[in-house]
Amino acid sequence: MTPRTLTIALAGNPNSGKTTIFNNLTGAHQKVGNWSGVTVEKKEGVINRHGYELKIIDLPGTYSLTPFSIEEIVARNFILEEHPDVVIDIIDASNLERSLYLATQLREIDCKVLFALNMADMAQSRGIKIHTETLSDLLDVPIVFTVGNKNEGMDALLKKAVELAEQTQHISEGRKVRYSQDIEFAISRLQAFLQKGSSGTLPYSDRWTAIKLIEDDQIVRDRVLTLAGDSRQSVQDEIRVARQYVMDRFDDDPEIIMTDERYGFIAGIVKETVTTSARQRVDISRNIDRVLTNRFVGFPIFVFFIWAMFQLTFTVGEIPKAWIQSTVSGLSSLLELHLSDSLFKDLLLNGVIAGVGSVIVFLPNILILFFCISLFEDTGYMARTAFLMDKIMHMIGLHGKSFIPMLMGFGCNVPAIMATRTLESEKDRILTILITPFMSCSARLPIYIVIAGTFFAGRAGTVIFSLYLTGIVLSIVTGRMLRSTLLKGLDAPFVMELPPYRVPMARSVMIHMWERSKMFLKKMGNIILIGSVIIWALSAFPRNITYSKDFTYEIQKLQQKASKDIHASADPAARISLENETAASIEAIKRIMKAEKIENSYMGRMGKMIEPVFSPLGIDWRGSVALLSGFVAKEIVVSTMGILYVAEGDKDSEALRTALLSSGMTPLSAISMLVFVLLYLPCLATMAAIRRELRSWKWLLFSIGYSTSLAWVMAFLIFQVGKLLHLGV
Amino acid sequence: MLLSEIKEGQTARILRVGGSGALRRRIFEMGIVKGTQVCVDKYAPLKDPLEIIVMGYHLSLRVEEASQVTVELIQSDDKRTAADNRHLPSAA
Repeated sequence: MTPRTLTIALAGNPNSGKTTIFNNLTGAHQKVGNWSGVTVEKKEGVINRHGYELKIIDLPGTYSLTPFSIEEIVARNFILEEHPDVVIDIIDASNLERSLYLATQLREIDCKVLFALNMADMAQSRGIKIHTETLSDLLDVPIVFTVGNKNEGMDALLKKAVELAEQTQHISEGRKVRYSQDIEFAISRLQAFLQKGSSGTLPYSDRWTAIKLIEDDQIVRDRVLTLAGDSRQSVQDEIRVARQYVMDRFDDDPEIIMTDERYGFIAGIVKETVTTSARQRVDISRNIDRVLTNRFVGFPIFVFFIWAMFQLTFTVGEIPKAWIQSTVSGLSSLLELHLSDSLFKDLLLNGVIAGVGSVIVFLPNILILFFCISLFEDTGYMARTAFLMDKIMHMIGLHGKSFIPMLMGFGCNVPAIMATRTLESEKDRILTILITPFMSCSARLPIYIVIAGTFFAGRAGTVIFSLYLTGIVLSIVTGRMLRSTLLKGLDAPFVMELPPYRVPMARSVMIHMWERSKMFLKKMGNIILIGSVIIWALSAFPRNITYSKDFTYEIQKLQQKASKDIHASADPAARISLENETAASIEAIKRIMKAEKIENSYMGRMGKMIEPVFSPLGIDWRGSVALLSGFVAKEIVVSTMGILYVAEGDKDSEALRTALLSSGMTPLSAISMLVFVLLYLPCLATMAAIRRELRSWKWLLFSIGYSTSLAWVMAFLIFQVGKLLHLGV
Repeated sequence: MLLSEIKEGQTARILRVGGSGALRRRIFEMGIVKGTQVCVDKYAPLKDPLEIIVMGYHLSLRVEEASQVTVELIQSDDKRTAADNRHLPSAA
């Protein structure tokens, strides 16, 4: 017989140690996904304990259940609609007063609540003593002591939760927040009206519904009005009367008065349950902060941390990246040897392995980057970076927290876009995601190096630096523009807690890092796989193309001639050189074949077809095809250029340089191409990330359309104006 | 006076929270309610945002947001006393 399932939801303030407790409870048995429709991480784990199957849900960390942010809506909806058997509210003992705000709100909803008083040991060392029994009594809620980072109290917590779930009696009405007389009057009047109302089945408890209606809670009001049907008007009137009644007596919005009164209620509880001994304390966290956000050294230290993160990610990360690269190419050459030539082999090698391989090599970088970010988050430094940078970011119309994702964009846009999850406001998140692709990622660097190195030998560094700068400037311009048009609205408030610094727990950092990387692998994998196959098909079909010459015959002829000559030759040294010579000529012919094949493939035809679009930018069809191929990953632009421009000779970078110089490309068209590469549509993996994080095709299409047209316009202006001024032609 | 006019290290008591809508409510919900004591811990290096200590925890808000909050100064520039008082529950 399968055991009965109990659903236990974990609620609590951000930084209350909720995630640590969740990790302790569920260990490796957790599943990370998204709450339907929003990009808030949903974590759940199933464990078997005390004769039940316990499904533990980690609700988003919130300070309140007022439905302002997505997190709050998600947390509240889960409690209201999914009816978890027990809600455990994790309360940070050293932050009792504020934590109790959420607790009183939970208490108002009709659900079974259990408090986990977390980190009481730390509170005690800070001179705060909480009289648990009194607190438990006053709020009529069972309390369990826990110390999350020492894994203490977890069993007791689960045991109590199960006990509470088994209780059949209804939750007592008492011990909830009592408001002042006038408000209570308005509540009970509205409550009575709702009870006799024809609407019948109200979704939630009467008292709670009445309170929310007086607080002008949009979600509850809409639900009640929908249910009301014909009596809609009278319900609306009744709500207005109740609100007006409170407003007349307090001369302020009811929701403000009620928040005020809740805190008053909490202050009363705190007075009765907390004793603070005035002992001299050394506040380590505050001293650390004195240094890290110091007026003079705060920024230098910040820059150092960021520099270190980049070094770790993109320098140390190169080592395992090289291993993966060689494994992928090893696998590919192994298959090359052992499979007979077929369409399937071509698909497997040049489509699947080449495409997925080009993405999987980023795994080490992403693991390290997420490791650093988890470290920043878990220590509490992330909030300080937002504190330091907010002034600057606010000028672009963004939040201080947008800085880290944008900065990471210089490494790779994919993790950068995934890092926007730390942003609370949807609009900030959208805006940050839309401008992040203008941060020139490391994959674009090889293209810059080849082109700028070829045309601006001595000044290549300056050119590349200017490109990075152009990206930043355009992201600022875009940010300001979108803020005043499509993403208009109030700036998200910067009311942000600066949590105390904590020593991160290895386990938590690892889980964090791995979860995010796994998401990258899984989701990116699907889209990349499909995308790579499409790109492969475009460059591999049609199969039967007519070459300008019969290359197969030429190769055969060469081989025959060579074998004859080799047989005829007596000198072994001459034989070897002859063999090498033949191999080189065959290689050259194969290269021409490949170039012609690409030229005649659908991709090549598309390149030629869109050439008129690119010629005003000074880019020929070969450049166009190379740019098209950059759709999969921007590094591929270089290798396609290598194939297309260097028809003969070796395919090393020197040859590509000479070929580019003689291809008719001028320094001006080179700049135009560089700017285009900087700005045009994000690579497939980035697009997949955008789609995933914004859950919207509309914004993805906007991002593609906007960046590509901006790229075209900028490149067009540069090329045409430059041509008029006779610059670099 | 306004919360944005309080200097580093000074403690003040909240009199009124102005502004409107979601922001005002959010400020309230974070514990900045009438009668609560707040201590301005420091300003960011670029003078915005600022960090305050309220109900024993650290909160940052922009100068613009702090200028919506009317306060009365209750303690002038005595960092040590302010630091000792910050874990005390509010005198509501």
